[in-house]
Amino acid sequence: MIEREQVLHVARLARLRLTEEEVERMTGELSGILEHVDRIGELDLEGVEPTSHVVKLENVLRPDEPRPSLSREAALAEAPDPADGAFRVPSPQAEA
Amino acid sequence: MELLQLSAVAAREAIAAGDLDPGEYAAAWQEAAARDDLNAYLWRAAEGGGEALAVERPALPPVAVKDIFCTEGVSTTAASRILAGYRPPYTATAVRRLLDAGAPILGKTNMDEFAMGSSNENSAFGPVLNPWDRERVPGGSSGGSAAAVAGGLAPWAIGTDTGGSIRQPAALCGIVGLKPTYGAISRYGMIAFASSLDQCGPLTRDVRDAALLLGLLQGRDPMDSTSVGLPEAPRLPEREDLRGLRFGVPAELARDDLEAGVREVFEATLGRIEALGGELAEVSLPSAELGISAYYVIAPAEASSNLARYDGVRYGLREGGDGDLLQMYETTRAQGFGAEVKRRIMLGTYALSSGYYDAYYGQAQRVRTRIAADFEAAFGDVDLIVTPTSPSVAFRLGEKTDDPLEMYLNDFFTVPMSLAGIPAVSIPAGLARPAGGGPELPVGFQIAGPAFAEQRLLDAAHALERAIGFDARPAAAAAEGGSDG
Amino acid sequence: MAELEPVIGLEIHVQLATRTKMFCGCELSFGDEPNVHTCPVCLAHPGVLPVPNEQAIRYALQIAAALKCEVAPRSIFHRKNYFYPDNPKAYQISQYDIPLARNGRLGDVRIHRAHLEEDAAKMVHVGESGRIHGSGASLVDFNRGGTPLVEIVTEPDLRGAAEAASWARLLRETVRQLGVSDVNMEEGSLRVDANVSVRPVGSAELGVKTELKNMNSFRFLQRGIEAELERQRAIVEAGGQVEQETLHFDPATGTLTPLRSKEEAHDYRYFPEPDLVPLAPSEEMLREARESLPELPAERIERYESQLGLARDVATVLAFDPPTAEYFERAAEAAKGVEPRVVANWVTGELAAALRAAEVEGGAAASKVAPEALARLVAMVGEKTITHRSGKEVLAALVAEGGDPEAIVEREGLAMSGDDGELEAIVAAAIEANADAAEKVKAGNEKAIGAIVGAVMRETKGRADGGEVNRLIRAKLGL
Repeated sequence: MIEREQVLHVARLARLRLTEEEVERMTGELSGILEHVDRIGELDLEGVEPTSHVVKLENVLRPDEPRPSLSREAALAEAPDPADGAFRVPSPQAEA
Repeated sequence: MELLQLSAVAAREAIAAGDLDPGEYAAAWQEAAARDDLNAYLWRAAEGGGEALAVERPALPPVAVKDIFCTEGVSTTAASRILAGYRPPYTATAVRRLLDAGAPILGKTNMDEFAMGSSNENSAFGPVLNPWDRERVPGGSSGGSAAAVAGGLAPWAIGTDTGGSIRQPAALCGIVGLKPTYGAISRYGMIAFASSLDQCGPLTRDVRDAALLLGLLQGRDPMDSTSVGLPEAPRLPEREDLRGLRFGVPAELARDDLEAGVREVFEATLGRIEALGGELAEVSLPSAELGISAYYVIAPAEASSNLARYDGVRYGLREGGDGDLLQMYETTRAQGFGAEVKRRIMLGTYALSSGYYDAYYGQAQRVRTRIAADFEAAFGDVDLIVTPTSPSVAFRLGEKTDDPLEMYLNDFFTVPMSLAGIPAVSIPAGLARPAGGGPELPVGFQIAGPAFAEQRLLDAAHALERAIGFDARPAAAAAEGGSDG
Repeated sequence: MAELEPVIGLEIHVQLATRTKMFCGCELSFGDEPNVHTCPVCLAHPGVLPVPNEQAIRYALQIAAALKCEVAPRSIFHRKNYFYPDNPKAYQISQYDIPLARNGRLGDVRIHRAHLEEDAAKMVHVGESGRIHGSGASLVDFNRGGTPLVEIVTEPDLRGAAEAASWARLLRETVRQLGVSDVNMEEGSLRVDANVSVRPVGSAELGVKTELKNMNSFRFLQRGIEAELERQRAIVEAGGQVEQETLHFDPATGTLTPLRSKEEAHDYRYFPEPDLVPLAPSEEMLREARESLPELPAERIERYESQLGLARDVATVLAFDPPTAEYFERAAEAAKGVEPRVVANWVTGELAAALRAAEVEGGAAASKVAPEALARLVAMVGEKTITHRSGKEVLAALVAEGGDPEAIVEREGLAMSGDDGELEAIVAAAIEANADAAEKVKAGNEKAIGAIVGAVMRETKGRADGGEVNRLIRAKLGL
């Protein structure tokens, strides 16, 4: 019940490259899971508010006071490709 | 060694009284941890590098910490290739509290990758073995923490529970595992899986130790907007009977496919409750059986967003960096994430995508509201609710890996409490043989309470634990130097 | 073919001038070395959580009050999910269907909504041309990432490019006077995008709109919108359909290029941010926001026009410059018998010019010309005690040394001869001395009067009133 096309579309949204084998397997697995999950559609829940927040809090804010930042070395310490004090990444490629 | 038999409560007292040298004590545990043949640890303090986690004056036993908690300067992987070698620039609040209280870190424990799993078979660094039977799973996702405590490799541990990931491995390993009320313990520094469900909690050898550890961890944290702490610090439970308490048994959660042995132990435990003066009553949680369905929409949806930051830009694995940006993203994530993680990211992305949001995420959050309401209504009638923790005892490695759905159903009893945000504890209630035959294995008993009723929960669990007197230990415990039992 | 009208809406991002970022305690600054104002939170390390900046909320409430919006009793944050290196969490925390404020108005334009969100980091392309497309790499600097933003979206009430630019200027000035942002388009603390479409005049339906981005000055905003309107008109008039797309303005060429991205339109997969709890501004916070507002430009313009009779453009100049506006009001108050309109013209005209000529900085209020002095000067010109030209001389002296205009008039002997008899005598003498010219004037040659006027002026050393001189000459000539 989830089509191969949808799987490919979702994989792109999630920035996951799937092998052909994975696409096939996932189409089956996701369909199976979704079938089970679809049971939530059986309940008539009109008028029931969705839970967007579990804790009943409001207005948890922070004063506008500076906290120490990381040194640049620390900020870049785990960077896969630090360059000129910044995080280097490949450029986005334009489609012709 | 006698030292290693001391409960955390006793050890703390002995250290405070000057009867126990904390250095010697920590060293004994480090030795025990080094005998890890369960693949429970991904890093042990004895390996070095933990300078930022130093404790000047240890006052408490060292803690095994699930590798989902950021520890400054020390490898933190969430058992994923995508974070292999990653060392955080900061320490999680929960861990910081332990260090500040004088509890050193013993090591970082193995887990299911990004906390997604119920068997600890989803780790990029190999599965964890159940100390009761090394061909079986310890449960997940806090499998390493549970196996370490059960296998004599750690005195106590912390883990995380999103849909049962503390309670279920505690049950399969025969120890105590507590998931507190959502918001009781800060999530700052706890690598996020499902933000509205994740909670830190203790895995211990007994309920009093769990209460002690909970007390050290809980509290409002200005770095976590969703943290509230507990209304009062938990006291070490002393209760010995269950008089005056009503225990609800949910009708809808009675299942045909409970293992016979699990059912037997459950019924026997209900009998113990009555023998202690507790009252049993049937309660109705009409929406609870949809818990798995709702959970497997909400958790993957939030996870798909939480895991999007693992993109090879600022830390962690980067692959395909010779190509363009899209290639880098897709290759990094394809190679960095395991199959279960990919599956859940896909599921979650789908559930949030245009055209599907209302039917999936929106609907699941309404089911969740109903489940929470069901519990609230039930707690108007009873004080606590009880269920088996897991439908089965520890299963074999590889037994449930073919069908993800089958694996998800392990969480049937634990997920509703997670969705409702209420506290629940699993205590070992007995031994049973698995359906397919095999050695006797631990069975967990779950007790759940209303939000912020941790004290009531701990008190009742302690009384029941005393009465049960579970004293079985894994036959070939590492500390004993391993002989078959 | 029916006549087409433009339909324009604006989407504005205002960077708030708080001390720290929206969700973490890193300091905001401008122009520092890259990546010196970051922390695990704004770098989106594993395990971090956002906590909202209280001052950002207050500033946003002030903006909402200035735009006369309804503030939601309870609003929530949402995650807007997309992958880009300048978006470290791969989601931006923003607000979606329950924003902080709605249904406001500024001038003639209705405000659809205003909400809070966080800014992206800065990406700089390295390698070849410095443009985003093409091979090479990008460098990401997270100093800016996490800066608090208020996004303001208008209804499509604007009907022309010039009108849009003018309204954008009003919005900018309004926010500037709140003190909540530098609102500097060149620096990026104010960003204005436009949604543009055309439709037949009289139609109530909206045409397909395009989105214009990257216009970083009011002039470019106007030019970009003009270019797009032209483009759309041409398409529609040729019988074609405008396609929905995003267009990027290139300041170097003044043209718009479509931004084609590799995927279809973004699916942002919005869902409520589970790491943040709702905002429910208290009555006190709302009241404080309202009471903190100065008299804002739109109101001041309205008051000056309707109550003081100023022309709109003069009122606008003053409203956009509060210290000068206050100066004007003090001068107008002191200038009894003179219309405020006249005082305003002097303030924005002659006085402004005199200050510029003398290279005095800081405007009228910072100058040596006391408002009362200006008032007296304007009155003297109005009473014809001195000529307008003499008035400007006095003004220059006031700008240089301050003091009292009457004293200066006395000192320089600038008073016009008030004795008509004296003037009449001079006029008579001049006519006599320029008999030829007088004859020509009588014969109908208007221009010839110039010679006689010139003679009178020379005799009076320019202190006579030109109009009065003309009148007297003609009277004497019997015209």
